[in-house]
Amino acid sequence: MGIRRGHQARPVEWLAEKFIFLVSLTAIVMVFLIFLFVAREALPLFFGETNTALVQKPIPTADIDKLTPAQLQKYLELTPEQFAAMDKDTLKSLMDVKQEAQDEIPEEFRHDPDANINTTEWRYLLLPHQWNHYEKPEYIWQPVGQIQKYNIIPLLVGTLKTTLIGLLFAVPLSVGAAIYVSQMARPKMREIIKPTIELLSGIPSVVVGFFALLVMATVLQKIFGYQTRLNAFVAGIALGFAVIPVIFSIAEDALTSVPRAYTQAALALGASRWQTAWQIVLPAALPGVFAASVLGFGRAIGETMIVLMVCSASVMSWSIFDSARSITTTIAAEMAEAVSGGPHYRVLFMLGSLLFAATFVSNMIAGAVIQRFKLKLEGKR
Amino acid sequence: MKHIIKQFSIAALATGLATAAWAGNITVKGSDTLLILAQKWAETYMGTHADVKISVTGGGTGTGFAALQNQTTDLCDASRKAKAAEIANCIKAFNARPTEYKVALDGLSVYVNPENPLKELTVAQVGDIFTGKITNWKEVGGPDAPITVYSRENSSGTYEFFKEHVLKGHDFAAGAQTMPGTAAIVQAVVKDKNSIGYGGAAYGGGSKQLAIKKDDSSPAMEPTEDNVETGTYPIWRYLYVYVNPALDKGEIAAYLNWIRSDDGQKYVKDVGYFPLPKNLRN
Repeated sequence: MGIRRGHQARPVEWLAEKFIFLVSLTAIVMVFLIFLFVAREALPLFFGETNTALVQKPIPTADIDKLTPAQLQKYLELTPEQFAAMDKDTLKSLMDVKQEAQDEIPEEFRHDPDANINTTEWRYLLLPHQWNHYEKPEYIWQPVGQIQKYNIIPLLVGTLKTTLIGLLFAVPLSVGAAIYVSQMARPKMREIIKPTIELLSGIPSVVVGFFALLVMATVLQKIFGYQTRLNAFVAGIALGFAVIPVIFSIAEDALTSVPRAYTQAALALGASRWQTAWQIVLPAALPGVFAASVLGFGRAIGETMIVLMVCSASVMSWSIFDSARSITTTIAAEMAEAVSGGPHYRVLFMLGSLLFAATFVSNMIAGAVIQRFKLKLEGKR
Repeated sequence: MKHIIKQFSIAALATGLATAAWAGNITVKGSDTLLILAQKWAETYMGTHADVKISVTGGGTGTGFAALQNQTTDLCDASRKAKAAEIANCIKAFNARPTEYKVALDGLSVYVNPENPLKELTVAQVGDIFTGKITNWKEVGGPDAPITVYSRENSSGTYEFFKEHVLKGHDFAAGAQTMPGTAAIVQAVVKDKNSIGYGGAAYGGGSKQLAIKKDDSSPAMEPTEDNVETGTYPIWRYLYVYVNPALDKGEIAAYLNWIRSDDGQKYVKDVGYFPLPKNLRN
């Protein structure tokens, strides 16, 4: 019996280690599976397989025998298994439904110039179009109705608008608070302020949204005197409250982890506490503060409830005192009613994958920056 | 042999119990508009039929149809008629069209702030305000002030109904603020002096409900029970329940019959909707 090595020596630890490894592996697999699922649902849109043209020529039910099974299956949008399981009467009633859908279209829309276009083509999704009854080419998101309009630009603008207002409000406040807490506050003060700000992240965003809807909207309208009571500005400020704890705690960590020697050297050379904080510590911790802001961006762009409750008109405008509709709001509010597998459903999943990509990239950037910052402070680079 | 018989009878008993439990369970899902009414019906019915359990959930008409297709619900509440795509999906799922039952009437009110001096509008004027053609109250005989338009989320059956029947299929103004529910609209309208909104007649508390004229020459009508039932108030709709015809028997059929009987219809008014006209009951 020699000395036992490896997992034979401490079998329990070995098991625990493998178990933890499995757990983290599951997390990675989950992230990929979620993305795959979301992207897969959006795929028919990328391949141009959706068609939203209002007027489509139905095939009369009497002609059912003139179609080959393959044609019929494609016309009725059936999977091969569904098609195989159906008898002729069921197929006929499906054809009847197609006919009825066309019969239900009001006369006015039958001759509408927009009735023949497939509104899920890329140019209608991304570029302004001269719709009937509009004075000039416009970006329109009105996915429910006779002619479904899926232009996603108002949603992108709305998302960026609220997110940027939120960041402009939250970054200076939370970085300022982080500098104060890490550099200037007395230990007793720090023990009160830090947990309090971090407690803010524990407030459910529904509650923040509710508060913004009832209280902040009225107060801010009185102060600024704009016309629309519920607008991107109110939503942005409320978003700021949700983002402040995220930015604060990471920025505070970054500022605290600047080596004590830096501060001591600056103070010994006669710099004031303010000069030390502003000119020595903040520049040294800047990458960390930047990463905090990027993570805050990821949090703000993915926030749903606050924007959903405060403002949600899909208006195409850069003015901060107009309403806005964010991507998350759109998905949350419309997914429940979208016909499963229909064009609206596909477009919502496309928006979902867009959002996933945006938060993924912003988190990746933040992670990379924090990593480099750590190496730099440790003098390894 | 005895052993086998014993086992067999236990299995049969278990299956019997399971079937009985299943038969007494009715799930209802769908329209949020109908949710309060559906709950009221379920509670009352369960009070007199101790062996039946009815669970009601909302989520929206579309959610209800999705559940009907997946056969995760027995009944689907709907505040609008089924769309062709939804009927097609039902046929694909259970080889039959869902059976449609009208269960109540709903009048849609147009709300304005109580301070607004305006009393009545025509349907066409309401449509023009919501499409953004009319943007100032003075164009319809009110004060000189811009109109703030409040609408519902496009996932709502009420939104679709209003778009088809009042806006005649045209788009809502892009600046129309979308609110998550009728109560939220009323709340916003009460807080905002120059606003206008729409929703079920039952929800209007605190706001002013306008009288509506069908066209320029017809009289203005209030959304009262008589006016809605006789169809003289111009903005009204049916509320529906859809069911898979294969399930429309036994307990479920009895429940559907009760809803549409005089007994069931008397609870409709308690939650602010209007009972079916006598000739549509069974």
